[in-house]
Amino acid sequence: MSTRAKRGFRLKEWIFTTDHKRVAVLYLAGSFTAFFLAGVMAMLMRTELSSIGPTITDNPATYNTWLYFHGAAMILGYLIPALTGFFANYYVPLMIGAKDVAFPRVNALSFWLYFAGIVLALLTFVVPDPPDIMWTGYPPYSIFSPGNTALYSFTVLLMGFSSIAGGINLLTTVIRMRAPGMTWNKLNIFVWCTMGAFVLQLLFVPFIGVAVIMLLLDKYLGMNFFNAAAGGSAVIYENIFWFYSHPAVYVILLPAIGLIYEITATFARNRVFNYKGTVYGGIWGVVALSGVVWGHHLYVSAMPAWLTPIITFTTLLISVPVGLLVIGLLGTLYRGSIEFKTPMLYASGFFFLFLIGGLTGIPNALSAIYSHIHGTYWIPGHFHYVMAISATTAVIGGVYYVFPKLTGKQYNETLGKLGFVLFFIGANITFGLTMYMGAAYGMPRRYYDYAQFPEVERLQYITTLGSYIILLAAIVIAVSWLHALIAGKKSEENPWGSRSLEWTHSVSPPPPGNFPEEVRLADDWDPYDYTK
Amino acid sequence: MANGLNRPVLWTTAIVLSAASRAEARSPDITAGWHELWREVIWDISIIGALFAAITLYLLVRYRRSRAQKNGTGNPLTPLAAIGWVLIPVFVFLADDIFLAAKNYDLWNQYRAVPENAYVVDVEAGMWSWDFRHPDGFIETNELRVAVGRPVHIRLTSRDVVHSFFIPDYKVKWDAVPGKTNYLWFNPVEPGEHVVTCTEFCGTLHSSMFGKVIVMPQAEFDTWLEAKRREKI
Ligand SMILES: [Cu+2]
Repeated sequence: MSTRAKRGFRLKEWIFTTDHKRVAVLYLAGSFTAFFLAGVMAMLMRTELSSIGPTITDNPATYNTWLYFHGAAMILGYLIPALTGFFANYYVPLMIGAKDVAFPRVNALSFWLYFAGIVLALLTFVVPDPPDIMWTGYPPYSIFSPGNTALYSFTVLLMGFSSIAGGINLLTTVIRMRAPGMTWNKLNIFVWCTMGAFVLQLLFVPFIGVAVIMLLLDKYLGMNFFNAAAGGSAVIYENIFWFYSHPAVYVILLPAIGLIYEITATFARNRVFNYKGTVYGGIWGVVALSGVVWGHHLYVSAMPAWLTPIITFTTLLISVPVGLLVIGLLGTLYRGSIEFKTPMLYASGFFFLFLIGGLTGIPNALSAIYSHIHGTYWIPGHFHYVMAISATTAVIGGVYYVFPKLTGKQYNETLGKLGFVLFFIGANITFGLTMYMGAAYGMPRRYYDYAQFPEVERLQYITTLGSYIILLAAIVIAVSWLHALIAGKKSEENPWGSRSLEWTHSVSPPPPGNFPEEVRLADDWDPYDYTK
Repeated sequence: MANGLNRPVLWTTAIVLSAASRAEARSPDITAGWHELWREVIWDISIIGALFAAITLYLLVRYRRSRAQKNGTGNPLTPLAAIGWVLIPVFVFLADDIFLAAKNYDLWNQYRAVPENAYVVDVEAGMWSWDFRHPDGFIETNELRVAVGRPVHIRLTSRDVVHSFFIPDYKVKWDAVPGKTNYLWFNPVEPGEHVVTCTEFCGTLHSSMFGKVIVMPQAEFDTWLEAKRREKI
C-alpha cells in the first residue's frame, strides 16, 4: 500500500479518477475551497456590521453580493458536498465492504458537475453584474434585480444534477453491493443517515430545479410565472423553494449526526443505543416528516389561514424523530468508556450546539411567535447553530476522525484540541448574540446597515469579535491539518480501536479496491460490538 | 370621500352598541400576548435544554475512560425496552408539541381577527419606502400617525417586489406581496414612537427601508387629522 504514496502527485490521475476515495477527496477539496471563500465573505460582513454606517464598504450592493455568495456557497458548495460528497463517498463503500460505488464513472461525473457549479458560483466575482438575490432567490426581486440571476439558477441546477447522480449511485451501492453477511441491521448509522439524505435529495431536488428554471424563464424569456401584473404569483416560488430547502436542512443534518454517532460509538467503545429505534424511528422518521415542515417559513407570507395551525403542528412533529436521534446519541454514552481525543471533543461539542440549535427551532414552529422572529437575526442565529456550526462540528470532527484512514498519518492532539476550544467559544458568542439581537430587538437579517436599531451596535461589535475567534479557530485547525500532512507521524492502522469495517478490514490509506480480499462477515459480527 | 368619513362613524356606532351588550369589547393586547407566549416557550425549551445538558454532562463525566475498564458495557436492549425507548419519548415530545400548538392557536386567532373598530390604513410598500394611506385618502410616507387606544388595521400590498412590514415593538409582521392584499393589526395602547422596517430582502437599499409609527393621544391626533383634512381641501 505504501508504494502508491511514494509515486507522488499526478494531476491526470486525479482528473480521470473513478476511485470513490479519490472522488471523495476531490469533493473535500472543493467543499473546503467553498468554505474558505464563503468564510471570507462572512468575515467581511461581520466587520461591516461592527458599526453603524459604512465600515469597510459604503456600497450596500457589495454587501448584498457577499451575503448572496456566503449563503449559496456555504450550503450548496460546502455543507451538502462535504457531507454527501466527501464523507458519504469515502465511507459508504468502506463501511459496507464494497470495492467501490456501483457506478464509478457516474460518481466522477457527479463530482465534475459540482466542480462546474463551483466555477459558476465563482463567476460572481468576475461578471460585471454579480447576483444579489440571496441564496433564496425570491421573485419578483430576482426577476427585476440588476444582478445576474442566471448564475444563481445554473449554479443551483448543476449542484442539483450532481446530487441526483450521487444519490442514485450511493443508494444503489448500499442496496446492491453490501458484503456477504452485511445485513440491513448491521449497517453503520452513518450509512443509514446517508441513505436518508439521498432519498431526500432524490425526492426534493427536482422542486428547486423547477423553481429556478421558472426564474430563468421569467427573467430572460419574458414569461410570467411570478409576475402578479400578468396573473402570476410570487408566493408559488416561495412554496416550491422551501418545499426543497427545508428538507435540505435534513440532507445536511442526517449525515452530520451520522458522523457524530460513529465518533461517539468508537470513542465510548460502546454499542449504539437502541439501534433500531434510532434507524427506523429517528432517521426514517425525519425523512418521513421532512415534507410537511416547509410551511413554517411562510407563516407571514404565503400560508392560507386555515393551513397555518396544521403546519404549526406538523412542524412541531419533527421534534419527535430528532429527539429520538438525540436519545440514541446520549444512550451510546451510557455505560461507555469515553476517551476525549479531538474527534470526541467535537462530538461532545455537537451534543450541546445541536441541543441549542434544535430547541431554538421550536419557537419557529409557532406562527404567533413567528410574527416577530421571522426575518430577524433570531433565524440566522438558530440555523447557524443547527446547520452551520453543528454540522461544521461534525465535518471538522469527522475529518480529524478519518484523518489517519485518509492519509495514514496522525495529527497533533494539542493543536486539535486548541482549535476545538476556540471554535466552540467563538461560535457560541457569535450565534448566541445573533439570536439574542433578533429576539430582543427584532434586528432584521440581510441588513447592510441598521441606523434604525442604534441600541444593538454594541452587541453587533461583540458578535464581530466572536466571529474573529472562529476565524482564529479555523486558522489553528488548518495549521493542524497541514502540519499533520507534512510532518505528521505515521499512524497505526486502527488508532481509535474501532470495530467498524473501514478500520478493521482495510489498511490506512486503503488501496483501490479497498479490501485485500473479499469481505465476508460472520453472523455475530457487528460494527459496534466492543464486548469481544 | 363622504363615504370614507361615514364608514368609521357607522362602525364606531355599531361597536358601541355591541359593546353595551357584551361585558367587554376591548380588543386583545396581542403584543402582551406575544410576550406571554414567548416567556412560556422560553421556559419550556430552557427546562428541556437544562435537563438534557445536565444528563449529557453527567454521562460525559461519569463514563469517561478509566484505566480499569477499556470497553463500554452497554447491553443490547430487549425488544420491549427498545420499543419503550421509542414510544415513551415520542409521547413526551408529542405532549409538549400539542401543548405548545394549542397555546399558539389561541394567540394566532387573535392575531388574525382584526377588531371591528380598527382604524384602517392602506400600506403600499415599494423600493424602498412605505406609503401609508389614511381612511380620508391622504398619504404619509415613512411615517404613520395613529391615535392611542384604537387598534390599527393595516391592509398591505406592494407595487414592485416582496417586502415585509415589521413593527418590532408590537411583535407584528406580514409580507407585502405584489398583486395581493395581506393584512395585520396592532393595538397601540400607549403613546410613543416605534420603528417600522422591512424584513424581506428587497434589493440594494433594503436596510434603509424604514419609517416610524407615531402613536399620539386622541386629542392631538384629532387636531393633526383635522389639519391634514383642511390641507387636502
Ligand atoms: Cu423592502
